[in-house]
Amino acid sequence: MHFTINGQSHEVEPDIRTSLLDLLREHVGLTGSKKGCDHGQCGACTVLINGRRVNSCLTLAVMHQDDDITTIEGLGTPDNLSPMQAAFVKHDGYQCGYCTPGQICSAMGMLDEVKKGWGSHVSKDLTNPELTDEEISERMSGNICRCSAYPNIVDAIREVAGADA
Amino acid sequence: MKTFDYAKADSPEAAVAAVGTGTKFIAGGTNLLDLMKLQIETPDKLVDISRLDLAQIEEREDGGLTIGALVPNSDLAADPRVVEHYAVLSRALLAGASGQLRNKASTGGNLLQRTRCYYFYDTAMPCNKREPGTGCSAIGGFNRILAVLGTSEQCIATHPSDMAVAMRALDATIVTLKADGDRRRISIHEFYRLPGDTPEIETVLEPGELITHVELPAPPKGNQIYRKVRDRASYAFALVSVAGVLSVEDGKIASASFAFGGLGPMPWRDAAVEAALVGKAPSDAVFEAAATALLADAKGYGSNDFKIPLARRVLIACLRDLTGAAS
Ligand SMILES: Cc1cc2nc3c(=O)[nH]c(=O)nc-3n(C[C@H](O)[C@H](O)[C@H](O)COP(=O)(O)OP(=O)(O)OC[C@H]3O[C@@H](n4cnc5c(N)ncnc54)[C@H](O)[C@@H]3O)c2cc1C
Ligand code: SF4
Ligand code: FES
Ligand code: FES
Repeated sequence: MHFTINGQSHEVEPDIRTSLLDLLREHVGLTGSKKGCDHGQCGACTVLINGRRVNSCLTLAVMHQDDDITTIEGLGTPDNLSPMQAAFVKHDGYQCGYCTPGQICSAMGMLDEVKKGWGSHVSKDLTNPELTDEEISERMSGNICRCSAYPNIVDAIREVAGADA
Repeated sequence: MKTFDYAKADSPEAAVAAVGTGTKFIAGGTNLLDLMKLQIETPDKLVDISRLDLAQIEEREDGGLTIGALVPNSDLAADPRVVEHYAVLSRALLAGASGQLRNKASTGGNLLQRTRCYYFYDTAMPCNKREPGTGCSAIGGFNRILAVLGTSEQCIATHPSDMAVAMRALDATIVTLKADGDRRRISIHEFYRLPGDTPEIETVLEPGELITHVELPAPPKGNQIYRKVRDRASYAFALVSVAGVLSVEDGKIASASFAFGGLGPMPWRDAAVEAALVGKAPSDAVFEAAATALLADAKGYGSNDFKIPLARRVLIACLRDLTGAAS
């Protein structure tokens, strides 16, 4: 099977049952994406597929051979952090860090959704939502943080969203 | 997870032709893979329908919308035509799951997602839906999230979807392609089945029947609302939800359409609710009568008894909002 991950080609022959998350971690050595629950309930495994955020634990690798997959490793490197990664560091948007790769990938996908004008459950007006803190929390609710770094995560995302606007 | 054969379909016709014994279609996979990991679902073969050309939303001449079965929940919720004319559907979708899950979850898969009953998920426990004939652990067990309407002595599970509740209030039609090449149009009102003695059979779909589209009729008149009550503010299934569409003319309720989540084995709708409303001037007495009609046959199983007064209050609150009547 052929995969494109962070712009690089990979040829791997995983078992047909392999989730995209296990492919990344066990077959390609990209261990940034984390396994929290393996059932779509925590968001630690969030990656971007063709720019859209998804839970990599609830999809099969074999279904994504023609897609562009981006993981936390593809967003930036320790020497060259992406703006969102840098904002998480600056605002202390984590404690143990386990949920962080998923939070950051999710935040990237989420800001893209906001740019497309997508509303959320808390938007009063679904056509022209403004990215308030309440909106950030709702839109990030698919990422659970066991350390409860939520206020700082919201600070980091708000800063990057503001810089983008 | 048990292993399986895998085939990717490139057309709806090829998808139904690829069906053999023990075959399941896989779309977003967010429900099916969850259940396969726990060996609650053990298909011999998966037919991958995720790349079929069924991801468009099209306007029809009669003013309605035809939604491809593979339109992701997020895209459906954000479609400008849905936001403007079927806000109850956008609101229901956005109240469900998480941003990540909605990006993957498909329209067809959402309709067919299975119950969240704790015992259905616990393969160590008896469950008639998972293993017919073994008994129902929820009756007499933990049943806080389960049904109070439409239950049977064999099963009291709820259908967990938010989207399907809005679609039932909107009188959606499900369009399918059968293994023999025939197409069917099934009203959502006839799509789901009560549990009765066969809780493992949840819809009227035949084995190998593919949902290709969901049709919405021309936009309904009046105001629309979706209200969901759950254990946390986001990313949780409904305890009770209400999808409502209502119009008032000359001081009287001219039309009303209500469907309910969290109460029954299917998105619930009861003509008696609408009969109690249409033709009446909005008032709390009328709203109370509608709630009484909805819950006349409701039966609690202990820890879910609270759903009966909760449903009453949520329906009345929605009716006040929809009619502009102050509480
Ligand atoms: C943590 C979590 C929280 C969630 N919260 C909510 C919530 O609050 N509200 C809510 O409504 N939902 C919620 N969901 C459920 C989610 O909406 C469903 O998992 C999703 O809609 C299923 O769509 P899918 O495309 O991924 O289906 P799949 O998993 O691919 O398929 C589901 C079933 O449908 C069948 N199928 C799929 N497409 C077709 C088709 N076109 N024709 C025939 N059969 C088909 C499959 O064979 C399978 O049996 C939640 C899920 C998770 C994991
Ligand atoms: S309520 Fe239905 S799904 Fe739950 S244990 Fe009983 S039979 Fe199984
Ligand atoms: S590991 Fe995928 S959501 Fe928890
Ligand atoms: S930082 Fe520890 S789980 Fe989020």
